[in-house]
Amino acid sequence: MSETFSRRNVLTQIATAAAAAASVSSASAQHVHEAMARNLNEVGPQPPKAFTEHETKTLRLLCETIVPGASQGGAFEYIDLLSNHNDVLKAIYTGGILWLDHKMEQRVGSAWVDAKPEDQKAMLDIIAFRMNEETYGPGVRFFDWARRMTVDAYYTSAAGIKELGYKGNTAVAEFTVPADAIEYALKRSGLG
Amino acid sequence: MPQVQRSAPIHDVVVIGSGAGGGTVTKVLTDLGMKVTLMEAGPMLNPAKDYKEHMWPYQVPHRGAGEDGGQYFGHGYPFGYFLAPNGYWDVPGEPFTTAEGSEFRWFRSRITGGRTNHFGRIFLRYADYDFTPYSRDGLGTDWPISYNELSPYYDKAESFIGLTGSKEGIRSAPDGIFQKCPPPRVHEVLVQKACQKLNIPCIPSRLAVITQKTNGRLPCHYCGECGRGCISASNYSSSQVQIFPAMETGRVTMINNAMARELITDASGKVVAVSYVDKETRTEKQIRCRSVVLAASACESARLLLNSKSTRHPNGLSNSSGAVGRHLTDSVGFGMSARIPALEGMRVFNEDGMGGMHVYMPWWEWDKPNKDFPRGYHIEVGGGFGIPSVGQFQGVCRKAEGYGASLKEAIKKDYGVYVGLAGRGEQIPNADTYCDIDPLVVDQFGIPVLRFHFKWTDAELKQVDHMEKSFRAILETMGGKPGPRRGHTDSKISVGGEIIHELGVVRMGNDPEASALNKYCQSHEVKNLFVADAAPFVSNPDKNPTLTICALAWRTAEYMAEEMRKGNV
Repeated sequence: MSETFSRRNVLTQIATAAAAAASVSSASAQHVHEAMARNLNEVGPQPPKAFTEHETKTLRLLCETIVPGASQGGAFEYIDLLSNHNDVLKAIYTGGILWLDHKMEQRVGSAWVDAKPEDQKAMLDIIAFRMNEETYGPGVRFFDWARRMTVDAYYTSAAGIKELGYKGNTAVAEFTVPADAIEYALKRSGLG
Repeated sequence: MPQVQRSAPIHDVVVIGSGAGGGTVTKVLTDLGMKVTLMEAGPMLNPAKDYKEHMWPYQVPHRGAGEDGGQYFGHGYPFGYFLAPNGYWDVPGEPFTTAEGSEFRWFRSRITGGRTNHFGRIFLRYADYDFTPYSRDGLGTDWPISYNELSPYYDKAESFIGLTGSKEGIRSAPDGIFQKCPPPRVHEVLVQKACQKLNIPCIPSRLAVITQKTNGRLPCHYCGECGRGCISASNYSSSQVQIFPAMETGRVTMINNAMARELITDASGKVVAVSYVDKETRTEKQIRCRSVVLAASACESARLLLNSKSTRHPNGLSNSSGAVGRHLTDSVGFGMSARIPALEGMRVFNEDGMGGMHVYMPWWEWDKPNKDFPRGYHIEVGGGFGIPSVGQFQGVCRKAEGYGASLKEAIKKDYGVYVGLAGRGEQIPNADTYCDIDPLVVDQFGIPVLRFHFKWTDAELKQVDHMEKSFRAILETMGGKPGPRRGHTDSKISVGGEIIHELGVVRMGNDPEASALNKYCQSHEVKNLFVADAAPFVSNPDKNPTLTICALAWRTAEYMAEEMRKGNV
C-alpha cells in the first residue's frame, strides 16, 4: 500500500471537484466518492501479539458476540495491538478472561469459550449490565472495556462506517442540504 | 559548554515564530521588498506528508487511539490523532510550571505555521466597543487604538486570506469582506429556529475558509476536516497562505528547529542579535539583526523578553513598566449538549461541509445594562453526521449496555442526533493572573521556563451561569433535554489556557509606565523591537483572536517597514 499514492489521488480529486465548482456537477462529485472508496485498504486477520492462543480465541468470539461483524472490522487486532503496547490494558484483558473462565468453570465446568452457546450467553447477560456490578464487578468492568473497544474498532472500520451510513470524507464541488431532511427534522421538532 | 556561533551577516528583520502573527509579518514585509529571516522552534511543514486530511480511521491500525491506547487513559492525542501537526498540552522536554493553587494549560505547536495549521478557523472582528472596555464599564484598560484605526487592516487581512460570512449589521459582530457561507446543516437549521424564538441572533459562520478561488488557492471542497490541515490550502494557515508564497519571492531565510533563548542588546539599547538553541545539534547560536519581531505566541514572547535580562534591563527587556507577563487572560469556556429527538431516524447524508459550524451566535446583550456580569460571549455549534472516531460511542455504550443486535441498533439510532453548544466569553485581566519565570526550572535547552498563576473571578463564573441558562433554553427549545452541568470543576468553567486564546502578556498602551509597547506594537524602550502575536492585546473580547492577530500584525509590519525606510529603526 502506498499512502503517498492514495493521497496524490486525493489531490487530483480535490482539483477535479474544484474545477467542477463552476458548473456544479454531482456526477463529478460521485466520481470523486468512488475514487476514494477504491483507495480503502484494510488489514485482514493478524496473528496475535499480546495474547495466547486461548485468549485470542476467547476475545475473537467475545468481540464478534458484542458486535456481530466485529471480526471483519478488525476488533481483535485492534485490542491486541493496543494491549501489546500497554501493560495496564493487557492486564485488563488477560485478567478479565481468567476471571471469566474461573466463573464459568464454577458454573458449567469449562472455560467460557468452550462452553455451550446458551451458557456463554447466560454469563454475558449478567456482566453486560452495570446493575450486576455488586456481585460481578470484575466481569462487568472487563465487559465494559471489551464493549467500548470492540465498538470503537468496528465503527471506525469500513464495514462499520458503511453501516452507520456516513457519506463524507470526500471532495464535493458544492455543499447542499437535502430539503426533505430539513423538513423531516423541522416537522418533528415542532419548530417548523 | 556549547559553542556560541556568531554568524557574520546582519539580518534586516528577524521574525521569531511562524504562526498567524509571524506569517502575516513575513508576507507584508516581503511584499514590500524587504528581506526576512524567519525563525521557527519546530521543523519545516510538508503538508503532503504531515496533513492527515482524507485519511480514514482504519488506515491507521490504532484508529487514532494511539498505539498504546493512550486515549482510553486520558493521555491520547489532544484534539485527536488526525489533527494537523502538531500541537501539545505538554511538549516533551519543554515543561512549564503552575504556581501553587493555580491551574493552567498551555497549548503549543512547534512547526512552520504553528497552531494555524489546525486552528478552528473562526475569524471574527472585534467590535468597536471592544477597544474601549474601561470607558464602557470601568474594568480593564482601553486600547491605544480604535476600531477605525484597525478596520483597514481587517479589510486587508480578510481580502487576502478570505473568509465566509454575511452582512448582518450587528454591532457586536462587525461585518467584513465575506465570501459565501455554505447553507446550515439540519441541526443548525433547528438551532437557528430555536434562536429566532428566543431572540438570539444566529448567523452564517465567519470561518477563514474560502468558497471561491482566492489568490490562486482553490475553493473549499467540503470534507469537514479543516483541523487536519488542508492540502488545497482552502482554509487559512500561515504556512500555506503566507509563508510558502513569501519563500517563493526569495526574500525569506527560514531557520527551523531554532528555539529562541534571548535577545541581545547593545549600549544604545537596541537589539543587535538573537541567541537561540539549534534543536538538532543542541548548540547555542546567534544571529545578528537590525530589527526583531516577536511572534512566538503570546506567552513565549513574554518568556523571551523576561529571559533577556541584563544589567541594563534587570526586569527583562522592554519591561521597565513591569507589564511583561501581566494581564494574562484566556477565553471563558463552557459547553453543553443534548440529544435532539427531532433528528432521530433522519436519513444519513454527507453533512461534512466546512470544518466546524456553519452558523454561530454573536453576543446579543452587549447593550443591556444591569447584567450581573460584565461583557459577554458568543456561542459555537456542534453536531451532525461526522466521521466516526474512537471514543465517540462511549456515551451510547454506557446508556444502552448489553451487546449484539440491540447495541448496534442503539448506536445507529444515536448517530448524529446530538447538538453541542460551546460558549467563548471575555475574561477581564486580574492581578492574580499572570506568568513569570520559574526560578528553578529550565527546559531541555537550558532556557528558564514560564510559571503560570491563574484565577477566574466572579465575573467569569457568573458569565458561565448565564451561558448555562441560555444554552439550556436553546437546547430545550429544540426539544432536547440537557443533563445537569458537566465539567471537571464545581463551576464547570474551563481551565485557564484550555480555550487556547491566552494573550495580553506584552500589552500595548500609550503610557510607557503601564505598558510594554506603543500603539504600533513597538517597544517603548527598544525601538527596533516589535511584537506581532496576541501578546500586545489589551483585552480578550468574546471573539477568537486570530483575525485580530493578523490585522494587528499587518499594521505593525507596515509601520515597521516605514520606520526602517525613514531610518528611525
